[in-house]
Amino acid sequence: MVPLSYYLAVAACLFSLGVVGLFLNRKNVITMLMCIELILLGVNVNLAAFSHFLQNLGGQVFIFFVLTVAASEVAVGLAILVAFYRNRRSIEVEDINTLQG
Amino acid sequence: MLELGFFYLFAGLAVAAALGVITARNPVHSVMWLIFCFFNAAGLFFLLDAEFIGILLILVYVGAVMVLFMFVVMMLHVNLAALREGFLRYLPLGGAIAAALLAEIVAAGFSGVFTRVPNPGHSGGQVNNTVEIGKVLYTKYLLGFEVAAVILLVALVGAVVLTIRKRKDAKYQNIARQVAVKPSERLRKVRM
Repeated sequence: MVPLSYYLAVAACLFSLGVVGLFLNRKNVITMLMCIELILLGVNVNLAAFSHFLQNLGGQVFIFFVLTVAASEVAVGLAILVAFYRNRRSIEVEDINTLQG
Repeated sequence: MLELGFFYLFAGLAVAAALGVITARNPVHSVMWLIFCFFNAAGLFFLLDAEFIGILLILVYVGAVMVLFMFVVMMLHVNLAALREGFLRYLPLGGAIAAALLAEIVAAGFSGVFTRVPNPGHSGGQVNNTVEIGKVLYTKYLLGFEVAAVILLVALVGAVVLTIRKRKDAKYQNIARQVAVKPSERLRKVRM
């Protein structure tokens, strides 16, 4: 039987790696979006672990909602990226400063 | 014992794949590592008796979201060398923050509060995870379910509006002019 702490450790590893990735890939918006997916995956592992150990299905329903919001976020984010690339021929974060005034 | 072995397998591969996501030079390789990571996370969900969520992760994430990522990565011709500039500049700061975060969460997880939660064991074949989720999703969490549907609809419309574009050289019908047309504009009587 796997203890709850092990699952929490895995979730913490995934979450931290996602945060490191946000810092490392500061120029590439696509990789930053993927790092956000990693962070959300870490959260989902946490929710599933507590859902199983407390025998409460609310955690799994919440994973369902997190997946929904993450999918919407990816769809809109990638659409913004495609629209930006059409106008500027670049996806570097440094170039996204038109609204700074 | 077998379960612990599979846990170590899935967890180790998931963490290794996450490492691959953030260090891969090519965004296509990053997407591939992320797909691998989602498969292993689905394995972890299966170990936690969350079969529906595990299958959902594979179907929705690997099947739809990661294909969307791959589509965008391959559609945009990006300068990979320019994107890698300054890759290691923020490693000390980011590494320190993430290490502190990891130490905090792991310390909290192993502090003894959560080790007191007993493992309830597996429910066996009598309990259908999908049926149980459906029972609470359509009753207790009905409002959240409806809101999730609306969020998906808004994202769908938003993505279409953001990426649609009118071509200047393409020919479009003007529906209003077509409907408002009069017979006198189209028909000409000629005397033979």
